[in-house]
Amino acid sequence: MAKFRGAIVVDKEKCKGCGLCVAACPAKVLDLAKEVNGKGYHYSQMVNPEACIGCASCGLVCPDAVITVYKINVQ
Amino acid sequence: MSIELEDIIKPENIVYKKTPVLTDNVMHYCPGCLHGVVHKIIAEVIEEMGIQDKTIGVSPVGCSVLAYNYLDIDWAEAAHGRAPALATGISRLHPEKYVFTYQGDGDLASIGCGEIMHACNRGENIVVIFINNAIYGMTGGQMAPTTLLGQVTATTPYGRDAKLNGFPLRITELIAQLDGTCYVTRQTVHTPAAVRKAKAAIRKAFENTKKDKGTSFVEIVSTCNSGWKLDPIQANKWMVENMFPKYPLGDMKDI
Repeated sequence: MAKFRGAIVVDKEKCKGCGLCVAACPAKVLDLAKEVNGKGYHYSQMVNPEACIGCASCGLVCPDAVITVYKINVQ
Repeated sequence: MSIELEDIIKPENIVYKKTPVLTDNVMHYCPGCLHGVVHKIIAEVIEEMGIQDKTIGVSPVGCSVLAYNYLDIDWAEAAHGRAPALATGISRLHPEKYVFTYQGDGDLASIGCGEIMHACNRGENIVVIFINNAIYGMTGGQMAPTTLLGQVTATTPYGRDAKLNGFPLRITELIAQLDGTCYVTRQTVHTPAAVRKAKAAIRKAFENTKKDKGTSFVEIVSTCNSGWKLDPIQANKWMVENMFPKYPLGDMKDI
């Protein structure tokens, strides 16, 4: 079992759906939503939340600073 | 034992969040534009050093002309290419402040080529953040001095031809030869590791201002996915394959 569990919260209305976080995620947690936000962008979301390790790679590469990353130690 | 998301998403478990130095305004940049990442790391450096009320930015003409909407510090707006001249005045009048310019390649390497050379040669105590994406982004993707040979832009529809348009300008290498500069580096921000390295470089540049060492020049090799007509992920890939051979990353000068 993973030593760390993480989770992210995306500010849906500010996300522009560029997909850089999806490409940066090493655990393949993220994908763009089928739905769109108020501006018509397919916002980023967790599709595989159990795999998130809270590494914050998505937050680091996000150009719009819309991602908040949470992390806990499970051991 | 199953852990619910509600157990993880608690304020005490935050490991990464938007710095308060960035305002809540939605950036006008295209989706995936690396300007946003650079704004963010500058804001994080300012927050970590605790210099929010002592920093004065000089914004250029170009896509980042509205940078003053996004970083909650004092700003001045310079005429096209003249940010180093304005920053010179500000830093001489306020030697205790941290003064930086934020310029693109059209602004710094083309119309502002004279200003940046002389500001760096005088060794003004400022930080220069230079965003190089090899194109004029704001005006619709025309050729810039840094455009690569063969690169298709609005004004070079058959690719940049050395005979007609000259060669790409590696301005950071030129600036590294000037005695006034103390730190000249080229970084990028396309991966998490690169973001961390670029942030460390910008932090070092601001520390140099504190020590009154001279001009610190940080080039960030960046993308313009709209101007290059690629999606953000393809643009990052194109940058790695085409920009890095011409614009190799690393420190050129560190004294």
